Amino acid sequence: MRELTVKDAINEALMQVMEADPSVIMMGEDIAGGAGRDDQGGLDAWGGPFGVTQGLVTRFGRERIRDTTIAEAGFFGAAVGAAMTGLRPIVELMYVDFVGVCYDQLLNQAAKMRYMFGGKQKVPMVVRTVVGAGFRAAAEHSQALYPLYTHVPGLKTVAPTTPADAKGLLISAIQDDDPVIFFEHKRLYMTKGDVPENPTPIPLGKASIPRSGKDITVVAVQRMVNFSLEAARLLDIEGIQAEVIDPRTYSPLDEDTILESVAKTGYLIIVDESYPRCGLAADISSIVAEKGFDYLKGAIRKVTPPHTPVPFSPPMEDFYLPSPQKIADAVRGLLGAR
Amino acid sequence: MTETMLAQMYRTMFTMRTFDERIHQLAADDAIPGYAHTYFGSEAVATGVMAALEPSDWIASTYRNHGHAIAKGVSLNAMAAEVYGRRTGVCKGKGGSMHISDFDKGMLGAIGIVAAGIPLAVGAALTAKFKGLPWVAVPFFGDGAVHQGVFHEGAGIAKLWNLPVVLVCENNGYAEATATDYHLNTKTIADMACAYNMPARRADGMDVVTVYEIAKEAVDFARCGGGPILLEFLSYRFSGQYEGDKQIYQPAAEIEEARKRDPIKVFEENASTRGLSEERLAGIRQEVKVVVEAAFTYAESAPWPSPEETLDDVYVSYL
Ligand SMILES: Cc1ncc(C[n+]2csc(CCOP(=O)(O)OP(=O)(O)O)c2C)c(N)n1
Ligand SMILES: [Mg+2]
Repeated sequence: MRELTVKDAINEALMQVMEADPSVIMMGEDIAGGAGRDDQGGLDAWGGPFGVTQGLVTRFGRERIRDTTIAEAGFFGAAVGAAMTGLRPIVELMYVDFVGVCYDQLLNQAAKMRYMFGGKQKVPMVVRTVVGAGFRAAAEHSQALYPLYTHVPGLKTVAPTTPADAKGLLISAIQDDDPVIFFEHKRLYMTKGDVPENPTPIPLGKASIPRSGKDITVVAVQRMVNFSLEAARLLDIEGIQAEVIDPRTYSPLDEDTILESVAKTGYLIIVDESYPRCGLAADISSIVAEKGFDYLKGAIRKVTPPHTPVPFSPPMEDFYLPSPQKIADAVRGLLGAR
Repeated sequence: MTETMLAQMYRTMFTMRTFDERIHQLAADDAIPGYAHTYFGSEAVATGVMAALEPSDWIASTYRNHGHAIAKGVSLNAMAAEVYGRRTGVCKGKGGSMHISDFDKGMLGAIGIVAAGIPLAVGAALTAKFKGLPWVAVPFFGDGAVHQGVFHEGAGIAKLWNLPVVLVCENNGYAEATATDYHLNTKTIADMACAYNMPARRADGMDVVTVYEIAKEAVDFARCGGGPILLEFLSYRFSGQYEGDKQIYQPAAEIEEARKRDPIKVFEENASTRGLSEERLAGIRQEVKVVVEAAFTYAESAPWPSPEETLDDVYVSYL
């Protein structure tokens, strides 16, 4: 094993899967960059806005790494059609916020193809997209819209926190025969961790438990996992043992791991970066309230942003986001009421 | 065109240039939060178009909005404060550089989603027609935006209802790192108007007087009930896509060639034949530098919003 960043782990997964499977292609805006200027040093100028796909075009060429026009509805729909007919497309939605312009192709096409036509079709495509606040990127480049996709039957949603998970889950997502939305958090790209060199898939629908504890269960979403681990370290000093669960995939959701943990601790806090109304925290909360009511020794608490768009200015954006302190406070508040 | 108008256009273009030079430096120094997109190279487009508009006319802008906002008369202090995320910013710190927009100055928004302003302008034109108001609505968008559905859908509706919309495409040679000569299927963007049976003009976007003349004709046409019209102005993006973009896909020779058409340089070269002395221009430059500097000085010490202001303005009323 060696250490890689999340960004490099994703790049490595793409390299390895594309090497192994010639039916995998990629489409997106400037995922290579420099189209029209290849012979003047432009080839591979960008690798996407964060450089995640850098190097792919020099390895696989423009036939497989296809820079598109700014026509998300067009190339998302093309991905659905190509997936139905023998390719395994990976499309990039530069920021998750842009989904508005192409949502139909996911909501009504990718997600419905199999079901509505009697289970004969499959749509093995992956949407890679960037989520998350904390970049001072304001209301249209900062959202964490996991619920918009998780809500839709037929779509799978995956959101890795660690570099190893990013690699293993992306491999599974590409090999999966259903449409998968793969969320990459812009504030996690540069975090480092051990990543196996071999292409080892991590199954979808299996949570991880990055920290075990007996006093309270903290289920956290993507970047919020790291915040929760920090909170758990703060609480440890006070003698509170928090168990942190990273569901890693939201659809399918590993309900068992969450329920088993709540059965052990009796308390649940969910930390989410999406909006509080109809969000992931609300969803997980309702599942546990329904299926784990008898395990609960107190109310379920959510730590989420307020029900507002993401503000630009640093003091407001910091207020908007959950933080290790806010999580620790929520735990203290809940356990203090014991 | 009067000397006063010409001088005003120069002042506007030079203000854009000076403002964005400050932005460029601040971004390089990591002194401002978030993304910033500068307008270097297209100054003549916003300046010439806005000179053809009445203050009551509407524009829709983009993330590359600094030039549009300056030409529409948005306060420089409020712009700079917004870039810094301060409470006295034009969006109270909610938007930042990508969303500088002042409704009171006739801006419908500065939108981060490519092409999304186009239908908004169509809507303002609908209001104008519906209420019998003399407004014209002008969405600004880039060359890359013409591949978006809403460009086509907006153009189609505007034409069908004969709305006073002047669609202004700033063809600056690139959509991010993709060259326009690569991504266009048609020979020109103006060609696309054919599909909607809409008139179109294509012109040099580096000469502010040309831009003004073309825009004036188009605005008059739309205002007098002629319906929508598409304008394509050829400029060049001297900067990267955003501040920090290394621009390695823009060949040095190409940039150098485009620099010869720098709208401010072009204006200065033609100034004397248009009746403006170099002393007059120098005076304007001096004044502009003072005003822009003052705006950033103001912004640096402007108050921060309180964290709780996050909760304001989500709805007009709730509960
Ligand atoms: C719907 C959508 N897709 C992608 C983006 C990302 N994006 C921002 S600017 C841009 C390029 C736009 O190019 P162009 O329209 O030529 O305008 P310019 O930036 O050159 O002014 C892209 C792809 C976006 N903001 N919205
Ligand atoms: Mg452009």
